Amino acid sequence: MTLTQQFITIGLCAVATMLTRFLPFLVFSGDREAPKLVQYIGKALPGAIFGMLVVYCLKGVSVISFSYGLPELIAICVVVLIHLWQRKMLLSIATGTVVYMLLVQLVF
Amino acid sequence: MNKEKNKGGVKIRALKHAFPKTLPILAGFLFLGMSYGFYMRAEGFPFYFPILMSIVIFGGSLEFVAVSMLLSLFSPVTAFFMALVIQARHLFYGIALLDKYKGTGKKKPYLIFGMCDESFSINCSAEIPEDVDKGWFYFFVTLLNQSYWVLGASLGSLVGSLVAFNTEGIEFVMTAMFIVIFLENWLKEKQHISSLIGVIASVICLLLFGKDSFLIPAMVCIVLLLFAFKRPIGRCEK
Repeated sequence: MTLTQQFITIGLCAVATMLTRFLPFLVFSGDREAPKLVQYIGKALPGAIFGMLVVYCLKGVSVISFSYGLPELIAICVVVLIHLWQRKMLLSIATGTVVYMLLVQLVF
Repeated sequence: MNKEKNKGGVKIRALKHAFPKTLPILAGFLFLGMSYGFYMRAEGFPFYFPILMSIVIFGGSLEFVAVSMLLSLFSPVTAFFMALVIQARHLFYGIALLDKYKGTGKKKPYLIFGMCDESFSINCSAEIPEDVDKGWFYFFVTLLNQSYWVLGASLGSLVGSLVAFNTEGIEFVMTAMFIVIFLENWLKEKQHISSLIGVIASVICLLLFGKDSFLIPAMVCIVLLLFAFKRPIGRCEK
């Protein structure tokens, strides 16, 4: 690829990305109310998206080969338990991450 | 003059409220951005490539995929559609944020330009106190998150080879953040149908389609299921 072709490729990636970001706002723009069904989906979506993002983060974990997803499972339990106990976002995230790092570096 | 002062105060209050919420992303993006910048240099690209791409594309997974696109034959159509597919989840974020981003005025184009998984999750789930301006809060969350990513990519590109300490596993900071956001939402919501649909549909599609292509089918299933369960979900929302 020449430098120009590389810039075109990067530009197209940027344009495609912007399309996915701006499209909903352009389609349902201004003072016009979005259709009722779209409003419903917009309200109902967040819970489902958060669930999808958790799965997305864990998509590379294999439960049939070593380490069988154990470091992830243990670290997730730590995050959930600490969060239910203290309800402090940063504390739960930091503890879970440190536990995970120790597990993959020292145990598994 | 008083008015000016107040205006500054509004921004500072929003920034003070936004910054702590972005701390996990500071850790995650610095690390991921650095790996990305370092990786691009290792593949032989000039130092400004990862910096440029982290500014104009600003999407972690696509930027990594774009490296392999740039290393293969020039095929603009494939690049464009690959990018659309990888980034399609932003359509969801936009629909979920239509209402929240209403009335954010001149900040709105940037809020949409800089939308990523992390900024969406924070802005969509944050409880913003009465005395904090929503628009500026969203703005600072978005701006801080993108700055972390650009900073990480630049550092990785310029001095990546100097970092030597063992960071294996630090990428879990992102997973941990999404779990906490999911859990917080779970504890607050009146019904769990939507959350359960999100997890179950994604897991089933992951098993059926594999980790590289499950996201689009999962998104389609989620929308269909949300329509199917419109009545019970709608009842609880009211």
